[in-house]
Amino acid sequence: MAMILELPHVGESVVEGTIGKWLKQPGDKLMRFEPLVEVITDKVTMEVPSPIDGSLLKILAQEGETVPMGAPIAELETADGSDGAALAPAADPTPAPAAAKQPAPVGTTGYLVKNINPVGPTGGGVEAELESPAPVQAQQQAPPPTDQSTPEAPGGASRPSPAVRRLAREHGVDLAQVSGTGLGGRITRDDLIRYVEAKESPAGTPTQVKPPPQPEAGADEQHVPLTPVRRMIADAMVRSVSQIPHAWSTIEVDVTGLVALRAQVRTAFEQREGVDLTYMPFAIKALAESLKEHPTLNASWGGDKITLKRRINVGIAVAAPQGLVVPVIHDADRLSIAGLATALRDLTQRARQNRLTIEDVQGGTFTLNNTGALGSIISYPIINHPQAAILTTEAIQKRAMVRDDAIAIRSMMNICMAFDHRINDGAESGAFLQAVKSRLESMGPDTPLY
Amino acid sequence: MAVKNVIEAVREALREEMQRDPKVFVMGEDVGKRGGVFLATQGLIDEFGESRVIDTPLAEASIMGIALGAAFRGMRPIPEVQFSDFIWPAMNQLIGETARACYGSNGVLQVPLVIRVPYGGGIRGGLFHSQNVESIFFHTPGLKVIAPATPYDIKGLLKSAIRDNSPVVFLEHKKTYRLVRGELPEGEYTIPIGKADVKRAGEHITIVSYGLMLHYCLEAAEAVSGEGIDVEVVDLRTLRPLDKETVLNSVKKTGKLLIVHEDNVTGGVGAEIAALVADEAFEYLDGPVKRLCGPDVPTMPFAQTLEDEYMPNTDKIVQALRKQAAY
Repeated sequence: MAMILELPHVGESVVEGTIGKWLKQPGDKLMRFEPLVEVITDKVTMEVPSPIDGSLLKILAQEGETVPMGAPIAELETADGSDGAALAPAADPTPAPAAAKQPAPVGTTGYLVKNINPVGPTGGGVEAELESPAPVQAQQQAPPPTDQSTPEAPGGASRPSPAVRRLAREHGVDLAQVSGTGLGGRITRDDLIRYVEAKESPAGTPTQVKPPPQPEAGADEQHVPLTPVRRMIADAMVRSVSQIPHAWSTIEVDVTGLVALRAQVRTAFEQREGVDLTYMPFAIKALAESLKEHPTLNASWGGDKITLKRRINVGIAVAAPQGLVVPVIHDADRLSIAGLATALRDLTQRARQNRLTIEDVQGGTFTLNNTGALGSIISYPIINHPQAAILTTEAIQKRAMVRDDAIAIRSMMNICMAFDHRINDGAESGAFLQAVKSRLESMGPDTPLY
Repeated sequence: MAVKNVIEAVREALREEMQRDPKVFVMGEDVGKRGGVFLATQGLIDEFGESRVIDTPLAEASIMGIALGAAFRGMRPIPEVQFSDFIWPAMNQLIGETARACYGSNGVLQVPLVIRVPYGGGIRGGLFHSQNVESIFFHTPGLKVIAPATPYDIKGLLKSAIRDNSPVVFLEHKKTYRLVRGELPEGEYTIPIGKADVKRAGEHITIVSYGLMLHYCLEAAEAVSGEGIDVEVVDLRTLRPLDKETVLNSVKKTGKLLIVHEDNVTGGVGAEIAALVADEAFEYLDGPVKRLCGPDVPTMPFAQTLEDEYMPNTDKIVQALRKQAAY
């Protein structure tokens, strides 16, 4: 019998989890209690065991995807056709809500994540769709206010409340003349106010009841709900811009030799390695070696200190279908150009297929963005918090340059860098850019790829 | 403004205050390497080191006593009690000593400390992880007691508490930690202690609440708005000193009052508010003051059905509002 496996609640104040790695693939046999999937939350990383003997039919939540606790993550098949006890039947094809959608605007009062199942001492619960009306909605059809089951007012109709007596005194009203609409015919404060206003208004008409506030009229605009990735990107950008004092610098690099090198080896390389050789591995190589020389660019700000990173892990900005992702080439300084090309191809492919693991996107110490791929020739990038800098490689263009007092046609590329001015001043960042530049400019037909 | 949850707001406030003032330090069970069981202090030990983020033994009396001594000597300690349920061993230090030190020394001894206390139920925590402890501190002169409900309020008030020279019991409802999200301004801000906040304006009934219950009250107010019942929701934010003015102004406007809290009904914060309104707004009342609170049972039950029965929730508040409106 087919069953839905839900992302289990953990006894922590956690409302969502990210699928780290599926340890089984569709079709694989499952043993009860055998590890099935790694789930990463902001508190723990856990292996979720299979709840049944049987097999994995279908994966519903992909690796890297963040889903709320209680959301369906896989379809399982029980071996003995039993109903799998606590599991939900697979009848409901509703896809997992990607994450909390939130009502706009949020405001500082905030909002409560709905459909909460208490889960244990350190708090928390499930977040599910926010759009479904609260359970109270159904009860708006509940008994009208005059329902007989409502207990009698203490004192009954005969004893007016302090507010009513005070108002009657102030306005000189004989309460016997006022008809009550409250519990058991009690004169309410509003009854008295209406009576006074009716008497005082010249036409003797009762005052108008305030119309309920109109819902906001739709303007010529459309609200697009934020995807979790969009929200994450937005938060990261705001954090970066608000916390890091950015400074920018751009220099131009003569990559004529590099262009010649790549043209010379590209076809053979692709036949040999099965990887199209772009300019990126060369840029990463130059970057990683220069970072080794200039450790303060491979660093982060720590309030009262600067943390230098021993490893050189270069994040590469990739435009994936779901939004910007920055997979990381770990220890980029230890790879050859060919090794970097392969690693880069692997990461970008998996990024575009949405198959990155959590490890792939963690631990970056510096970020490289090839904005040149979009035709850009100059950028003001935003640093990937908490790194010390971000570098872009811009479009390579043939330009007329002056060489030895003659005009020469050279392949030119700008590299732009944003750096955290708390960590580095212009001198350090300039020296670093010069180091990258001289490495790129020295690349030519003799540069080894391995 | 970025949307963040309550725990992130707590963490931001702690980090910013520790960066601002080297006298500020945190101490408690698992606050250092573990980053706190709720991760409120996550990353602080890396940034500020072991001398300012101190892992303590499981000994609340000592945690409180050491914090008090440090405060006497000019430091600004932020001791954490891991769960409010574990605060009882610290009571002599907290109520017997801390609360009385300034008055008893004629102002010679200042106690600028903030004890952070995750509290409250509805999280299947049972006997030892669900308690509401506020009424005892609410009753005690010499302490300030703060119980915010939103990320914005918790950050602004925690910063004010840390800068205040009086001892502050800072109550954080642990169910709100990751369940309530709201906007946090990017820059520096504080919220004054002792100021309630009208979270929703209305004409017919006033609800006074705080902590997790505030959010249920807001939901309930929204739910009955379609029935023509216009509810004003006052978030106390600070329990002691109580913002009498905001409460009285609201009740004078609406004439009806419902008090909602999770703590046991008898002798709770609601009892004081009811007394205040009876005393100072009697002539404005158009109905009995009602309380919707946790019942007088010794502890939060563990069984789901019984916990649900114990906890006030949106449904129960809606029912209470309908009765108030009909009166």
